[in-house]
Amino acid sequence: MTGAHIIGKSVPRKEGRDKVTGAARYIDDISLPGMLCGATVRSQTPRGLIKKISFASQFDWTEFVIVTAKDIPGKNCIALIGDDQPCLADGEVNHPEEPILLLAHADRHVLRKAIEAVLIEYDLLPAVFTIEESERRSQIVWGTDNVFKSFLIAKGDVDSVWEKADYIVEGEYTTGAQEQFYIENNGVIASFDRELGITVWGSLQCPYYVHKALMALCNLPAEKVRVVQAETGGAFGGKEDYPSMIAGHAALLAMKSGRPVKIVYDRLEDMTATTKRHPSRTHHRTAVSKEGKILGGEIDFTIDGGAYATLSSVVLSRGIIHAGGPYYWPNVRIRGKAVATNAPPHGAFRGFGAPQSLFAMERHMDRIAQVVGLSPVEIRRQNFLKPGQTTTTEQTVREEIDLGKLLDRALELSDYPAKKARFARQNTKGSVKRGMGIAAFLHGAGFTGSGERYLASVVGVEGCADGTVRVLVSSTEFGQGTNTVLCQIAAEALDLPYDCVAIAQVDTNQVPNSGPTVASRTAMVVGNLVRSAAIGVRQTLTGGGLLGNSYSPEEFRAACRRHIAEHGELRSYARYEAPEGVFWDDEKYRGEAYASFAWAIYVAEVAVDLSTYSARVEDFVALQEVGKVLHPILAKGQIAGGVAQGIGFALYEKVVWQNGRMQNGQMTNYIMPTSADLPQLRVFFEEMGNVHGAYGAKGIGELPMDGPAPAIVNAIEDALGTRFDSIPLLPEDIFEAVFANGVTDGKTDGRR
Amino acid sequence: MTNTSENRGKCELALTVNGKSETVRVYPMERLLDVLRQELGLTGAKEGCGEGECGSCSVLMNGKLINSCLVPVLQAAGTNLTTIEGLAEGPQLSALQTAFLECGGAQCGICTPGMILASCHLLDKKPRPTLDDIREGLSGNLCRCTGYMQIFDAVMEAARRSPA
Repeated sequence: MTGAHIIGKSVPRKEGRDKVTGAARYIDDISLPGMLCGATVRSQTPRGLIKKISFASQFDWTEFVIVTAKDIPGKNCIALIGDDQPCLADGEVNHPEEPILLLAHADRHVLRKAIEAVLIEYDLLPAVFTIEESERRSQIVWGTDNVFKSFLIAKGDVDSVWEKADYIVEGEYTTGAQEQFYIENNGVIASFDRELGITVWGSLQCPYYVHKALMALCNLPAEKVRVVQAETGGAFGGKEDYPSMIAGHAALLAMKSGRPVKIVYDRLEDMTATTKRHPSRTHHRTAVSKEGKILGGEIDFTIDGGAYATLSSVVLSRGIIHAGGPYYWPNVRIRGKAVATNAPPHGAFRGFGAPQSLFAMERHMDRIAQVVGLSPVEIRRQNFLKPGQTTTTEQTVREEIDLGKLLDRALELSDYPAKKARFARQNTKGSVKRGMGIAAFLHGAGFTGSGERYLASVVGVEGCADGTVRVLVSSTEFGQGTNTVLCQIAAEALDLPYDCVAIAQVDTNQVPNSGPTVASRTAMVVGNLVRSAAIGVRQTLTGGGLLGNSYSPEEFRAACRRHIAEHGELRSYARYEAPEGVFWDDEKYRGEAYASFAWAIYVAEVAVDLSTYSARVEDFVALQEVGKVLHPILAKGQIAGGVAQGIGFALYEKVVWQNGRMQNGQMTNYIMPTSADLPQLRVFFEEMGNVHGAYGAKGIGELPMDGPAPAIVNAIEDALGTRFDSIPLLPEDIFEAVFANGVTDGKTDGRR
Repeated sequence: MTNTSENRGKCELALTVNGKSETVRVYPMERLLDVLRQELGLTGAKEGCGEGECGSCSVLMNGKLINSCLVPVLQAAGTNLTTIEGLAEGPQLSALQTAFLECGGAQCGICTPGMILASCHLLDKKPRPTLDDIREGLSGNLCRCTGYMQIFDAVMEAARRSPA
């Protein structure tokens, strides 16, 4: 039983050695013979018609490869969900930094200066920059109504609840854009060969998204497009869809020049031109009984999608499904809308709409508590979803989740009751005010609704003649531990040591499409398929009489060798099949939204210094139920990393916009938390098991992004008695609100 | 372009990198980062921001921690440089590299070379650092993946394992 108990053990990260020695090869570390550097000439205006493109005379332009929309062999779009986003603007631009023209040159220093020498004249058109401006429709900038997508979730009879309500509580909450801020900027290398077609290497999450986009753009059949993932230095959703754009650009330059072309963005270009988290606005109107029970409510959730549809409809979907939080709503109406503005398209970022709508829900719960006169703890306890009840989409909670118990444990771990009482006393004097805040939330793992069924992911597991095993997936590693966890699962299923299992490089010529690496689906959905495929390898060998029920790695090797000698290869594939009895209605947005949810209670302790108005998180408890923890160190690292990003979302990370363009696209003026800014992030797990995932694992990657912001802002309100409903919340925002409201003794009257 | 025009303005500089003497023919104002990566093939130092904010390009110059994206190569002439490639002895990882590997200090790995060199520098000055020393000592190196906690664990662990 050599492979027993690999699950749940913190084995070394597969590619870890290369990462600590500097041997890992990221895209900018790779160079091909004869390679040119590529660059993108971008729109300087939010919206307009391109009148004229001219080239300043100080350069010999024959030295450059120049590509415009006219050079595109296929369809001028980045194929994703809809095809509305052009690869290169043709005649009109709809946001600042929209790609218009491409240049390549052997010398990147010359190239940088040449970008400035391409002169573009526009006929300017009026543009819109906020959700409200877009809704007013005085300018139609997309489609017929500026709306990319709208959804409605309806449960029960909301219209009947208002007259039964003891309290009606309203609130509006907003969140800002947030930069993913992976430390490795986006980059791609493309090469073209008439026989082989296009090959692209890149820093990316979803190789088959890039594959699909290049087929359409370059007008090439599937077998003439090859996408290979290089080591990827962080992604967080930011390398989900935009790499298709960069790959398209590099491919067009490579096709025209016949030479390999590398495009690597610098920080400013990456921050100003690529995607960010969608800004959001949520309006809650809730009917509550005097005991604090939610009777029903209306939730309106609106996100700013930027200039093109890209992933906004899916972000919106996840946002509205999470909008009701981990609470029981007997009656609810949730309206979701993604609108167009003339900013670069907003895209995927860890949490994918849920951090926005859950910020609103968890701020609103504190508001309801104040109005009803209950504590933040009690109002949540009153309304927690229980097994057997249904979510807002009428999905029955089948897991034996006990959120009350989870809450009790979080309160104990954070010393909540004692600290809250102590801070209330201490806050009457001194300039530092402290508060405690709670957030309760859930996060659905895997694609929403029928998504996994449509994806129909395939994975392979291969037994090699040397007795090693290769996992064949398109699931990418960008820090989360994909390589390690999937190898653990295969090793466990094959009863082999972890070292016998390796993961194949993600290369669309070599690995099947196991779907995109997004939506907290890798460990749970892909992991389960890896387990099935590994069992398939085992059954092939045992069924063929080559292997007994228990075996040593040497016996496994001998069996592989004999099988391969007879049959040429030993591969087993598994394809996703939806569990039985799962119902989802795409029209009505009703049914089983996710195969499983992870659940969490986070508690933040925050100090606000009224001499500097800065808020500082002094303690943070992150307690979650995520099914079986496959690898404790990786899991803890995922949670701590997500919490740190959540703290940034709440307190530090502000995108400053002017006419649709980010004004602070540098690390000097867009501020993420450093090691000196964070408290000890204390991470705890409850393991309750989940039938869907491999060995009971649920998705974990996005969950920790959801809770920190509301917990922190709830704590700030607890400290100051001043209401804050927008993030990011910077010192100047706190100053302004405190100055306007005056600081109370740390209590709010709850009726402001 | 001819060979002469390519070399115009370039000069020959000598540096010691990971204990090895190197001579490079470069523009004197080229960034040390580019010279390490492109002339010497040492791609362990990464460019995250190009303006000295993220620390991904950190290397040690005469034992001091520097951002190699901010240092013109001329300034590095005659110095002793240590990059991430110089820490392991053959297959034997340094104590810090082992600790980063075991404690989860590296996730995506892009900040890791700089982070390990910053940690080296810290332990050199303070072989028994407190948690606050580590927070402060690594605050010039950004990591977006880990939330830093497991990096702190790794530095603590490496300090614990090294002889007093």
